[in-house]
Amino acid sequence: MSVETTGLGALILVLVMAGVTLATRWGGVYVMSFVPLGARVRRFISAMSGSVLVALLAPLALEGDLGARLALLATAAVMLMVKKPLPAIAVGILVAALVRQLGNGAV
Amino acid sequence: MFEADTNLHEFDRRMVWTGFRQLVPLALFVTLFGAAFGLAAVQAGLDDSIIIAMSTLVFAGASQFATLELWGPQVPLFTLVITVFAINARHLLMGATLYPWLRQLPPGKRYAVMLVASDANWAMSLQAFNRGKPGIGLLLGGGIALWSFWVVGTWLGVQFGGAIQEPRQLGLDMVMGCFLLAMVVGGEKNLRTLAIWSVAACASLLAYRYLPENTHVVVGALAGGGAGLFWAEKTNER
Repeated sequence: MSVETTGLGALILVLVMAGVTLATRWGGVYVMSFVPLGARVRRFISAMSGSVLVALLAPLALEGDLGARLALLATAAVMLMVKKPLPAIAVGILVAALVRQLGNGAV
Repeated sequence: MFEADTNLHEFDRRMVWTGFRQLVPLALFVTLFGAAFGLAAVQAGLDDSIIIAMSTLVFAGASQFATLELWGPQVPLFTLVITVFAINARHLLMGATLYPWLRQLPPGKRYAVMLVASDANWAMSLQAFNRGKPGIGLLLGGGIALWSFWVVGTWLGVQFGGAIQEPRQLGLDMVMGCFLLAMVVGGEKNLRTLAIWSVAACASLLAYRYLPENTHVVVGALAGGGAGLFWAEKTNER
């Protein structure tokens, strides 16, 4: 089934997107309200919390372009050195921008 | 790690404001990202008001960008739902990880603060809880900062998008990635966490290569959670 993007159709699509996204924001909390919070469950969600970030980043770090990979490397390095997120992010973005600009110049 | 039976879930107006201010520097980058989305959406042929409505109501950048790929005279509804759900399924896990603290709030507040849950404020909030500090102010205040700057950024992109033709060339697509990595690196590190993260990373990469698109985050996170079940913490809690 397809929805026309003219007139009201586009708004309906946006509302559908909003509904699905809201379901994801609420769903995890809702489901957990039926799960008894035992030691095992706590251990699982505690381990899962860092894993969400790692799982998000892994493909970017290994399959991203050179700019993306060097940006992440620079962010990690600065973060380890100064332990402040903002300088780390700023350096990462700067590295991505520089690498990509230079890459374009070279090609 | 879990001090869930304390009063860390409590928050007031001041803590929300503090959370807001703490996320403003990052939200400034998010504005640029929002502008990039606004521009891309105009180029994909969406009406200005629809674009603003989407950023306001959906507030999930990656899925919004993905939707633009599907946009045409007609949009396949099922594909749209699956795409948005798969990319945003990580919110399910975020809600679950915050549950030990959220459950102490009355249901109305619990679901209200989750309205603005997204990657950055969730990560900050969880980090605060794990350090024994209150985190809901960061989740709510930080979320309001990210949301409002995202909407303003989108509007700027729709109006003056020409200023940022190629966000990638400026490294702007890396804002969230670099931020989340900074959170990972700044977090607790020991042999057990590294083992869990390795499992998560491997599972994510395998899913990225061999499973349907956008499933890698959930697969990797669940694998990491499973690894945490098998390798128990030696010293329980702090």
